[in-house]
Formats: sequence, C-alpha cells, structure tokens
Amino acid sequence: MAVKLLLEKAHVEGIRTYDVYRREGGYRAVEKALKSMSPEAIVEEVKKSGLRGRGGAGFPTGMKWSFIAKPEGVPRHLVCNADESEPGTFKDRYLMEFIPHLLIEGLIISSFALGSNATYIYIRGEYAWIPDILEQAIAEAKANGWLGKNILGTGFDCEIYVQRGAGAYICGEETALIESLEGKRGNPRIKPPFPAVKGVWDRPTVVNNVETLAAVVPIINLTGEEYAKIGVGRSTGTKLISACGNINKPGVYEIDMTISVEEFIYSDEYCGGIANGKRLKACIPGGSSVPILPANLLFKTAKGETRYMNYESLSDGGFATGSMMGSGGFIVLDEDQCVVKHTYTLARFYRHESCGQCSPCREGTGWMEKILKNIDTGKGKMSDIDLLWDIQRKIEGNTICPLGDAAAWPVAAAIRHFRDEFEWHVLNPEESQVRNFGLAHYADAREVVA
Amino acid sequence: MTKFSDEKLAKVQEIIARYPDGKQKSALLPVLHLAQEEFGWLSSDTMDYVASLLSIEPIEVYEVATFYSMYNLQPVGRYTFEVCQTGPCMIKGSDDIISYIEQKLNIKPGQTTEDGMFTLKTVECLGACGYAPMMQMGKFYKEHLTKEKVDAIIDECRKTAAANN
Ligand SMILES: Cc1cc2nc3c(=O)[nH]c(=O)nc-3n(C[C@H](O)[C@H](O)[C@H](O)COP(=O)(O)O)c2cc1C
Ligand code: SF4
Ligand code: FES
Repeated sequence: MAVKLLLEKAHVEGIRTYDVYRREGGYRAVEKALKSMSPEAIVEEVKKSGLRGRGGAGFPTGMKWSFIAKPEGVPRHLVCNADESEPGTFKDRYLMEFIPHLLIEGLIISSFALGSNATYIYIRGEYAWIPDILEQAIAEAKANGWLGKNILGTGFDCEIYVQRGAGAYICGEETALIESLEGKRGNPRIKPPFPAVKGVWDRPTVVNNVETLAAVVPIINLTGEEYAKIGVGRSTGTKLISACGNINKPGVYEIDMTISVEEFIYSDEYCGGIANGKRLKACIPGGSSVPILPANLLFKTAKGETRYMNYESLSDGGFATGSMMGSGGFIVLDEDQCVVKHTYTLARFYRHESCGQCSPCREGTGWMEKILKNIDTGKGKMSDIDLLWDIQRKIEGNTICPLGDAAAWPVAAAIRHFRDEFEWHVLNPEESQVRNFGLAHYADAREVVA
Repeated sequence: MTKFSDEKLAKVQEIIARYPDGKQKSALLPVLHLAQEEFGWLSSDTMDYVASLLSIEPIEVYEVATFYSMYNLQPVGRYTFEVCQTGPCMIKGSDDIISYIEQKLNIKPGQTTEDGMFTLKTVECLGACGYAPMMQMGKFYKEHLTKEKVDAIIDECRKTAAANN
C-alpha cells in the first residue's frame, strides 16, 4: 500500500470540519512549527525535504523561500496559487474541497516561515463554491486561535483571505496572478524583478501552489529528512495526480513517485486500465502543456528502461522521446482518439488564453488553431504540417511568459510522434471525417512487449 | 438606478479591508462578481458604479471586465449552461452534449432562448476533466453529463423558474 501524506484522511467522515480534522491530528504541525521552530529553521526543513513546486515547474520550494527579500519595514506576502486551469489538472480542487484544513494548516506554517501577516489564496473564479468551504475553514481556525493576532502567544499575527479570479488561465502564471490580485488584467510582468523582490503591491512575495503548501504539513510532522526518504532521487515525497480520459477510474490519486507509469495506468488501485477493453494509444502525463507520448514511449524510455511516475523518469529522453511531470494532469487517449483533433482543442485553448501582449504568442496561437482546424476538418495541405512546425518553433522562447512555450510544446510533440496521422488526414480528407486513424504502428506497448 | 443593497455595500467594505490602505483597487474582481450576482450582467452603468465605489477610473473597470471570461457584458438568460469543450472533455463526448443542447433549446453557443430562460456557452477546461463531459451552471458544476441528464437539468430549471414566478 502506498504512503499517503496528503489524502490519507481526506475521506474520514466530517474531515472538512475543524473538530474532526483536529481530532485526527490536525494542527499538530502548526503547534510544532510555531512553538518550537524559528522561521529560518522551517525554511531549512523544507529545503531538506527536497519538496519541489507542485504547480508545474518543479522548482525547489525551500530555495524559493530563501530568496525572499527582507527589506526593513516592508511587509511580505505569501500567495497561494489555486488558479488550477491547466487542462487535465483538477487535484488542487480535490484537496481544497475534501480536506480544506490541510491547506489552511500549511498556509499558517508557511506564512510564519516567510513573515506574511496577510496571506491570499487566489482561486480560479469557476470554482465558485470552494471559497465558501475555505472561508468556513479559515473562520474555524481563527475561532480556535490558529489565526488572527498573537497566534499561540508567539507574537505572530496572520490573516488568510480568499480572492476569486474571473476566468483566465494566464492568471495561474505567478506575475499575472499578482497583477490580477492588484485588480488589473492578467498580463504577465517582465522578470526581473522577481516576485521575491517586487511582488504584490511592490512587496516581496512568494507564490506557491496549493499542493506545495499543503505538503509543508507532513514535512513539519515528519521532519524534512524523513520526508525526503519517501520517493526517489530528486522526486521526494508524494504527488497528487489527476487522471482523466479513457480510463476505468478517472480521479485524483496520491502516489509515491516510485511506481511505474504502467502500474499507474493498469493497477486497480489507480486508473484501473483502459476503459471499454480498448487499447492505449497515447498519454499526456503532466497537463496539456507537456509533450504527448505514444504508448511505445510511455512505459519504456527510448533506452528501454521502465518509465516511472517521477520528475526525472517522465522527462527522460528530453523532448525527443520524453515528456514532463508538469502539473500532474494525466490525460489518457485510447485507440479511438484522434491526435489531430485533440491537439486542435488544445491549440484553441491556448489561443483563447493568450493575454495578447507578445506577438509571437498572440498571432502564433491563432495560426496554429486555424491550421489544425483545417487539417482536422479535411481541408489541410501537406505544407501545413511543416508550417505548424515552423510557427511553434518561432513562439518557443520568444515571449514574456511561458504560456507561449506551453502552447508550442503540445503541437511540436504531436507532430514529432504522430506525423503520419497528420499526413493521413491531409491525404484522406473524406475518410478522416468518418473514421479515426487508429493505433497504426504506435501499438499498445503491452502488445509490443508480448 | 444602479445601487447595491446595504448588505452588499457592507460586503464591499469588508473586502476592501483585506488589502493595505490605498490598495482598494485589489477589490475590483471580487466586487465585479458581487455586481454580476446582483444585476445579472455588467452594464456600463454598473461598471461606472463599481468604479465610484472603489475610487478608480471607469476605464480601469472596463479594462478588467473585458479581460476575464466570467464577466457578462451582455444580459444572459436565467440559467447559463457553460459546456467545456477542451481535449479531455472532447474525448468523452462534449461535442455531442453541445449539439444536443443546441438542438433541444434551438440556440447556438453565445445565444439565449427567446423566453430568456437559457444561455448556452462553450468554455475551456474548468478543472473537472475526470468527471467529463461537464458544464458549469451558475455557482456549481454538472458533471458526467448524458443526454438524459441534460433533459433532467432543463426540466428542473423550468420547474424551479415556474415555482419562483
Ligand atoms: C500559463 C501558466 C499557467 C500557470 N498556471 C498555474 C496554476 O494554475 N497553478 C499553479 O500552481 N501554478 C501555475 N503556473 C506556475 C506558476 O507560475 C508558479 O510557477 C507556481 O505557482 C509556483 O508554485 P510552486 O513552486 O509551488 O509550483 C502557471 C504558469 C504558467 C506559465
Ligand atoms: S507569452 Fe502569451 S500569455 Fe504570456 S505574456 Fe506573452 S502574449 Fe501573454
Ligand atoms: S477538459 Fe473539460 S473540465 Fe477539463
């Protein structure tokens, strides 16, 4: 049975309420941290844990915290990124909905470590019912002395506020989020200055993902050193994976990062195999921005080694033959799915979400959407495939924020691994409207092995 | 005249108090949500009113209201169906759900039924990909949609509306 650090108690009856959460051992970590540790010691513990940001980029959290500037007399802020809008990703929602006090507990400890007296949770506007759940948890925590003035007699004051976004994927990017929190359009800022120096209201700011901040609780309870023993290599601790697509058991799973991709898909403990007895065609393992992998590169790396559900193994082979852990949004496509159409919907998504500040992103995402739509609907030309390749290359690396890259990568990977499917669409404009390409030579890896 | 109830005005003050002095513009997104709740959509009068509440220029409100997809800049029906059409929902049949609703209500995405009851919109990933196909209806999500479920939702809406009229 796998170790569970975040969701172990998520289904205890009534765990949303303070009393049950507390009875199950909740707020012990706050007690330990605030009463027996200094802010610096907490940062040190998080460094030792090896925790990496769970929002997508995987940057070491302890290191990020140690960069926060501490100019005399200037308040600092912690902002929790609950914008969760990367297609395929719905893990933060699960955590906030089912075990909200875990996040609040993590926020109190992290606010203490960073010196934030006013901490904000920026949540995507569409999750319109979750702020009520969080505000209820905050009120209970406050009523029980874990928030407010002079918490546990330490002299530390802290308030947590929930701020709703209003429908914009780009506000998940940390500088766009800060702009939005200031009441502006979500246009990413040019870095530097980094938020750690000049963030919200020009004050030093740390932005972290929901899951990252919740993971601080087990780190304090276990110690950083013990936390780091779970998992493998630089993939320490546990990771929430939201699994969707053509699988038997879509949902949110907490994994320790030693299991293989094959086990994750086929084990009854996780996805439970491909639905309706179909065969596996492809998978986007870390949210819509990361490269899609055909089945034959999913279970084994190009070197023929088993691929595991962790940062290093998922990216083994780079973009040529690997992918990324990303946000943990695990999208599975069976043999009946069309890679061209799926990629088209993602291109449409990125065009819709581009803030429009940089021309390569604004124009490029529009062109990619149009060309992919043409190919998908049987109006494409062979030269369109090369044109798409060319456009995505011109976006990547030439924009203010990484949304440009995020839009380019899925298109690049789809062409890289499924070029014959694109070509088939162009060569068979009518047939491609009535049936799908199928598996072709990207046979289910299990059959290749057999 | 566009004006919040006293209760909403108190809420606005409570929201402004979350930010440092002089940073009341940070309250803009939450206050626009309140305004939309109260008035259904954001007319230019409403936006001007919000600007006056936060002591900012009307243009600062227009800029924001036009950027974020959740703000309605036109009146919408009593119930809005926002059906997700991104990849993970698409592979679970969101296209069929959208055409079924189009057919059933005789409207296209972006349109409202003549009786002002329903608006249909297509939206991008709402973070419910594992429970696809899905749509947002007001504050909540309707997940694992089927044609039968859509029928039931529409009936339910009509009944509730009739009971409240
Ligand atoms: C376009 C774009 C969207 C993003 N969306 C999110 C998001 O929804 N949630 C999130 O935590 N991080 C998101 N990020 C990453 C954030 O910029 C930032 O790296 C993250 O919140 C840092 O937290 P972490 O280190 O705990 O992961 C996004 C980045 C980009 C470029
Ligand atoms: S890359 Fe795209 S989303 Fe990011 S700042 Fe430029 S235009 Fe905006
Ligand atoms: S793709 Fe529809 S909710 Fe994510």
